[in-house]
Amino acid sequence: MIKAILIFNNHGKPRLIRFYQYFAEDMQQQIIRETFHLVSKRDDNVCNFLEGGSLIGGSDYKLIYRHYATLYFVFCVDSSESELGILDLIQVFVETLDKCFENVCELDLIFHMDKVHYILQEVVMGGMVLETNMNEIVAQVELQNRMEKSEGGLSAAPARAVSAVKNMNLPEIPRNINIGDINIKVPSLSPF
Amino acid sequence: MTPSVRLQEMIRVIRSARTQGEERGIIQKECAEIRAQFRQTDNGERSHSLAKLLYVHMLGYPAHFGQMECVRLIASPRYSEKRIGYLGAMMLLDEKQDASLLITNSIKNDLSHSSQYVQSLALCTLACMGSSEMCRDLAPEIERLLRASTSYIKKKATLCAVHIIRKVPELAELFTPSARSLLSEKNHGVLHGAVVLITELCERNAETLDKFRKAVPELVTIMKGLVTSSYSPEHNVAGISDPFLQVRILRLLRILGHNNDSASDAMNDLLAQVATNTDSSKTAGSAVLYETVLTIMDINSESGLRVLAVNILGRFLLNNDRNIRYISMTSLQKIVQTDHNAVQRHRGTIVDCLKDQDTSVKRRALELSLALVSPVNIRSMMKELLIFLSSCPVELRSQTASGIFNAAERYSPSKRWHIDTILHVLTTAGGDVRDETVPNLIQLITTASELHCYTVHKLYRALVKDISQQSLVQVACWCIGEYGDLLLKGECEEIEPVQVTEDDVLDALETVLQSHMSAPATRGFALTATMKLSTRITDNVDRIRSIVSIYGSCIDLELQQRAVEYNALFKKYDHMRAAVLERMPLMEKNSPGHTNGDSSGEIKEPEPAKTKPVEPILLSEPANQVCDLLDLLGGTDTPVQPSSAPTSTATTTSSADLLDLLGGLEPTPVPAVTVYEKNGVSLKIQCDSQTDTDITVTLIASNSTQNDISNFTLQAAVPKSVQLQMKAPSGNVIAAHGLGQVTQTVLLNNPNKVSLKMRVRVSYSDQGTMLQDTVQIDSFPSPSWNSQPSIGVL
Repeated sequence: MIKAILIFNNHGKPRLIRFYQYFAEDMQQQIIRETFHLVSKRDDNVCNFLEGGSLIGGSDYKLIYRHYATLYFVFCVDSSESELGILDLIQVFVETLDKCFENVCELDLIFHMDKVHYILQEVVMGGMVLETNMNEIVAQVELQNRMEKSEGGLSAAPARAVSAVKNMNLPEIPRNINIGDINIKVPSLSPF
Repeated sequence: MTPSVRLQEMIRVIRSARTQGEERGIIQKECAEIRAQFRQTDNGERSHSLAKLLYVHMLGYPAHFGQMECVRLIASPRYSEKRIGYLGAMMLLDEKQDASLLITNSIKNDLSHSSQYVQSLALCTLACMGSSEMCRDLAPEIERLLRASTSYIKKKATLCAVHIIRKVPELAELFTPSARSLLSEKNHGVLHGAVVLITELCERNAETLDKFRKAVPELVTIMKGLVTSSYSPEHNVAGISDPFLQVRILRLLRILGHNNDSASDAMNDLLAQVATNTDSSKTAGSAVLYETVLTIMDINSESGLRVLAVNILGRFLLNNDRNIRYISMTSLQKIVQTDHNAVQRHRGTIVDCLKDQDTSVKRRALELSLALVSPVNIRSMMKELLIFLSSCPVELRSQTASGIFNAAERYSPSKRWHIDTILHVLTTAGGDVRDETVPNLIQLITTASELHCYTVHKLYRALVKDISQQSLVQVACWCIGEYGDLLLKGECEEIEPVQVTEDDVLDALETVLQSHMSAPATRGFALTATMKLSTRITDNVDRIRSIVSIYGSCIDLELQQRAVEYNALFKKYDHMRAAVLERMPLMEKNSPGHTNGDSSGEIKEPEPAKTKPVEPILLSEPANQVCDLLDLLGGTDTPVQPSSAPTSTATTTSSADLLDLLGGLEPTPVPAVTVYEKNGVSLKIQCDSQTDTDITVTLIASNSTQNDISNFTLQAAVPKSVQLQMKAPSGNVIAAHGLGQVTQTVLLNNPNKVSLKMRVRVSYSDQGTMLQDTVQIDSFPSPSWNSQPSIGVL
């Protein structure tokens, strides 16, 4: 089981935090700092596994990480996960981000935090690996984004309709007004 | 302005903060705006506000006030609001809070939503933070979705089922049939989830495990399909077809084949095929191979297959990728006990990994090397490990030293080799060894009688060379103290002769005593060694006395106390010094020959505990002296302090003693003390019992004259605060020649615990002549002999 997924930069600034087991807010931040200290002092020529810090559960858990340019991607896992498998999964995740954001960099993770979470949810669910096929992941994310955009368009219409209704002076309209007059008035409100 | 720009704008503003305080100010302001937004009615902005709050939460600021907003957004009909609401729920809510109860109904509704993306949100959230109650309520829904028409929902429902089983194990049966049928799926995501679900079911229930053993042929078929064909190129990773799924299947096969011959047989061919055909040039292939090896080692596989597995791990040790080297050694560590010979074949490669640049790999190599030590390879392995000890990272020195000690103790080919090895470690990494090393080594040295001369010479030279290694210095001091005479002889076959003088040895010990690098315990060792030498040398005893005397005023109390005791040994009990400081007895029950004991006229009983630490033995020397002193005191019949003895004729006294013996008095529990003796009449006092405030004594009168004494009476007086009660005397006639006696019991109650005093008047008739005398008793004998009576005749 994957217990936590943390992404932080070379200075320890968190860019994505996802805990699949409950930790209080304070504890989460402490775990991030502890993990950063454990990972950042390792050279790039040492292996990518190390024992988890005491805050997250100690030696029963492993930290498996990859270091890309300015970012560390760290998965905290228990013994049921394959270390080499998780290493490859990190690669799949990073390549997926790269595809979704077109040459992903740290700024993309900063300014599109919510999108990154949505992408991650298609890879890992409840601390378990859900999908490892990058194309499948990208396709699902795009479909969801499209759905959100189309719904955004529809949701704007009722607001505008309400505004239009409010601007009508219904009591002042004569009872015997013909349909032609009403039709003429509606187009004039469209600039709102 | 598009809605998402608001979040990005806030992020930009936060990032522009130059100080932590400024950032806090900005965030406080933003949070105030977010709260205001949450309180407003629906204006289309709530999802953006929550997104901003989640960013604030990631930075570590409080975000709990957004929980209810998550609940509201989840219930919204809009997908965009549902989406961010569910994300917020996963990040801000936890199952222990009441708010999570509020979303159960929303999740239930969304699980039946017409849009699979809304269903997906609900499944994801339930799998992430569903509580036991939620899982019980929603389990039937999940079971239904396991039979959904789309793979997208099926794979998510499957992992959701795993979460439910973990939360509420008794619901496992609900999912077992569906799990079985999911193995027929083609979609890799669903297959992956099915394997994870079945793994979870099997790990929790032995019966279920047995049932799913029937699925081994299916799993083998799926696995072979992955291994031999490339029919799904989209899952290809570096030439390996869906390594993630392969790893999961292999793990499940391991569980199914564990301790089961038929299941193991069913997968043997497959495992051999995977082990032989998988390309290990990339991480993905290595992951599959590694999992194959773990499975082979854990099931009842053929021995040939096991050798193949170990050889794969051996090849991994040579891999350029340090990750692969690391996991290979982790696995070899696990199987080194069961497949020792197969792992031994790779010993050379493993030892080479001690030179790896990666500390993690070094650590694994060290553990594995220590596990591979055997009687056959002890010499070569120790040579490698000692080389490693001199160059390894600081954090591994202690572990390396301990490992070497343990291995040497178990497999040492000879005592001399054993001592040499440990001395080597102490010389190289003396500061990193654990505390019990010193007593263990001392115990080892005492048992190697034939090597005492050799050992003390080697230790003396090491001491002279370097006194900073505390463990080494302590052992050296101990040996010099014990075997200093052997050192001074200068005759040792194994070492080229070097003449050592008494002054040389004392110089070395004095250097240890005075060095600022010496720990207090080390100085204690040196002082005791110096003292012991006083019975091993002939010419410089005065120098030793002088050294010991100086430390009698040492600021270190432990050292001072020891020195004071040693000074007393010199001044008052010099006649006992040789015996007190003779060689330590052997520390083993079955020690041969009592060699140490032969050097003295006495052979002591061996210590009952073999591995008794040496430090307590050293500390027990003063205690031995105290016992001896007590024995000395106990052996005398007269008090230490001279007292004004009653005047009497020598003849009478001598006669009285003899007559007492003839009288055949019964032994008393505590010796009685004579408080009065005059004209052949003696009075003794005996303490019968004593508490904090009460004391019961018996007065015993006897007559050693030629004539009977009659009309004998005793009267007593005590201070006012003490209550006195005298029982009736046993008689008033004391027969002559010590043949009779009169006893009388006195009870004293001393509630104020004042110093006890009692004045006794003795009256009697001797041939018609009335005699009377008075004696004062200022202290009473007690069973523990803590106080001595002083007698005054008034």
